Amino acid sequence: MKIKSYLSPEYIVHRNQDRCIRCKVCVKQCTYETHYFDAEDDVVYSREENCTNCQRCVVFCPTRSITIRKNAYAYRENVNWTYEAIGDLKKQAETGGVILTGMGCDKPYLSYWDRLLLNASQVTNPSIDPLREPMEIVTYLGAKPDKLELEMEGEDVILKTKLAPQLRLETPILFSAISYGAVSLNVHESLARAASEFGTLFNTGEGGLDPRLYQYGDHAIVQVASGRFGVHPDYLDNGAAIEIKIGQGAKPGIGGHLPGEKVSQDIARTRMIPIGTDALSPAPQHDIYSIEDLRQLIYALKEATDYIKPVSVKIAAVHNSAAIASGMIRAGADIIALDGVRGATGAAPKIIRDNVGIPVEMAIASVDQRLREEGIRNKASIVAAGGIKSSAEVVKAIALGADAVYIATAALVAIGCTVCQKCHIGKCPWGIATTDPWISKRINPDIASKRLVNLLRGWSMEIKEIMGGMGINAIESLRGNRLHLRGVGLTDTELRILGVKMAGD
Amino acid sequence: MIDENVEMIARLGAELLRSRVKIENGTARIDAEGLHYRHLNTLLRTANGNGVNKIEIHNVYGQRYIGTGLDGNIEVDIFGTPGNDLGAFMNGGSISVYGNAQDGSGNTMNTGLIVVHGHAGDITGYSMRGGKIFVRDDVGYRAGIHMKEYQNARPSMVIGGGARDFLGEYMAGGVVAVLGLNSQNDECLKAKFVGTGMHGGVIYVRGEMANLGKEVEAMNVDESDLDLIRSLVKEFCDYFRFDFHEVMRREFTKIVPVSHRPYGRVYAY
Repeated sequence: MKIKSYLSPEYIVHRNQDRCIRCKVCVKQCTYETHYFDAEDDVVYSREENCTNCQRCVVFCPTRSITIRKNAYAYRENVNWTYEAIGDLKKQAETGGVILTGMGCDKPYLSYWDRLLLNASQVTNPSIDPLREPMEIVTYLGAKPDKLELEMEGEDVILKTKLAPQLRLETPILFSAISYGAVSLNVHESLARAASEFGTLFNTGEGGLDPRLYQYGDHAIVQVASGRFGVHPDYLDNGAAIEIKIGQGAKPGIGGHLPGEKVSQDIARTRMIPIGTDALSPAPQHDIYSIEDLRQLIYALKEATDYIKPVSVKIAAVHNSAAIASGMIRAGADIIALDGVRGATGAAPKIIRDNVGIPVEMAIASVDQRLREEGIRNKASIVAAGGIKSSAEVVKAIALGADAVYIATAALVAIGCTVCQKCHIGKCPWGIATTDPWISKRINPDIASKRLVNLLRGWSMEIKEIMGGMGINAIESLRGNRLHLRGVGLTDTELRILGVKMAGD
Repeated sequence: MIDENVEMIARLGAELLRSRVKIENGTARIDAEGLHYRHLNTLLRTANGNGVNKIEIHNVYGQRYIGTGLDGNIEVDIFGTPGNDLGAFMNGGSISVYGNAQDGSGNTMNTGLIVVHGHAGDITGYSMRGGKIFVRDDVGYRAGIHMKEYQNARPSMVIGGGARDFLGEYMAGGVVAVLGLNSQNDECLKAKFVGTGMHGGVIYVRGEMANLGKEVEAMNVDESDLDLIRSLVKEFCDYFRFDFHEVMRREFTKIVPVSHRPYGRVYAY
């Protein structure tokens, strides 16, 4: 028996009937069946309760007739009992279920990026002109040696030290893990092509890699998560690096979640599970119950791939990330990926997404600081993730101590996402967070990969501009260099943990 | 972390090969006494690539990852106690253990065969995607956890003795059979939370397991189940020299998931 819903619609759909030409593009484009055409009245009407404010109809309406507005006065204004708080409660009363959501935490007070400011050179040393001088942003990820042993052979210098395997990035930005299943094959292909074209890497996420994308293996980081979906020897051999997923910022401590609606024929084949079943990755990897076990899995993967690929370990940024990172390095990880509280997901319990984990800015700073204190910072690269949305944040992340940055939400926004947070339903009208074969066609990898390359290009140029302004011409001079940052509106404790001084100091 | 053994191996190299490996009539005999797993696995991989069709490893004493990523048609016989992750990510070939195995045997196995003439530890067959594992005696906790299948790729695991808690946890496919041959009062069938989270695949029990997870139920076997059980039991008896008819005399039951979407009602969309 379905209980009557007491929820009021979150959005109001306003259609300017004078402008509307009854082309019905909105009716066809909306996958939630919000709009419908009444032939007798010759009017397009809307079922507002279905609207998710994804903006698809707004963008595609040829006469710009549609506006979506928040149903602002649905309930009386109340900073405690917000629309969201009341709505979630009523939904739970109706279903008794765990509320799911998509994308990353949208709550205030959890970002430090906008309270960190960057330096520029004035008088005391000159800026460098990025338009006319070389600016080095090539980044290598992997374990760096403690020392270099060199030998002269006549006039040539020979490097005697054997280097651990490295990944070369043309820019310190990689595409973060987005699983095949959370998004369609077209999206995976777009990420793969853009990464290959620009000279960086994409991450397969925990759903495996479709064989049609093996050709991009040199630019793939293949992920091994607790569900071990799609993990087989060809998969491991194909990737340029292997990433063990312990957790992700959107849902620290719990496993991946792919709702049954999104487990299509292709997904069932890649993940080897029944069609329509929920793919719930177990919370722990059941062979990793301690740091010693992590070492065991890292070396099992290195043995299986003959020690030629770096092994990365991804954790969610949590309270004792610094100690965990230290342990991970001593367990053999070549790269540490830290995913902060703003990390996104295709589906997660909302209560976990919004309340568990810490901001990645804090995690980078404390991990970098701890590793330097222990003298092991060189033994692994740090990659920061979690809602990074501009090149300034990339620069700040590197200044705080990261070697590179993972972006996922930003990449999806570049190809059409409007962060409506309904990925878990599986009907994304932009064709991104869906595995429905018809809706997925809305993403054309030719175009989407181009948009992603544009994103990387724009950000890379901005990073060079910022670096030039700082008076540095190599990314190494920025890495971990807290002196290039100043804080505003931060407490003494926050400044201390970030290792940053107050602006003016 | 740059592995500290890299230089060691480079130094030992040819000397190691000569002193530890003897090849005769297509069989390589490796003495693993005091050998680090990295050396042992390098020797194993080298021998596998060199026209050998059988490898015997003697004096195995806890070395991990033996046969990790093994492929081809090679037969590997292990004398002693292999360490964790035996045959992890295995992709072909067969491994026979004349002794007990430890945790994670057949971890994420893709295809191939593992036969253990003794017992095996926890998470045996973790995330298996194909291939077969036969264990003569008991296994530990979480055996067969998250086994998967797709069309012809259907893994199977036969346990001659008993299993501990969380057997077949979260299975999405594949076949597990527990024979309980080594205990008097079905002590070995007292595992708890059997099949918890299961949404595919089947667990056959010679006898009955009563403490089941809430996502599964026990049922009687039918003719097609019996055909499959017979073929698995026959193979088991061939490896370990049990009497097929003795084993088949007792009735089997099966544990199957109630729904292919056991958590469909937990979440609100």
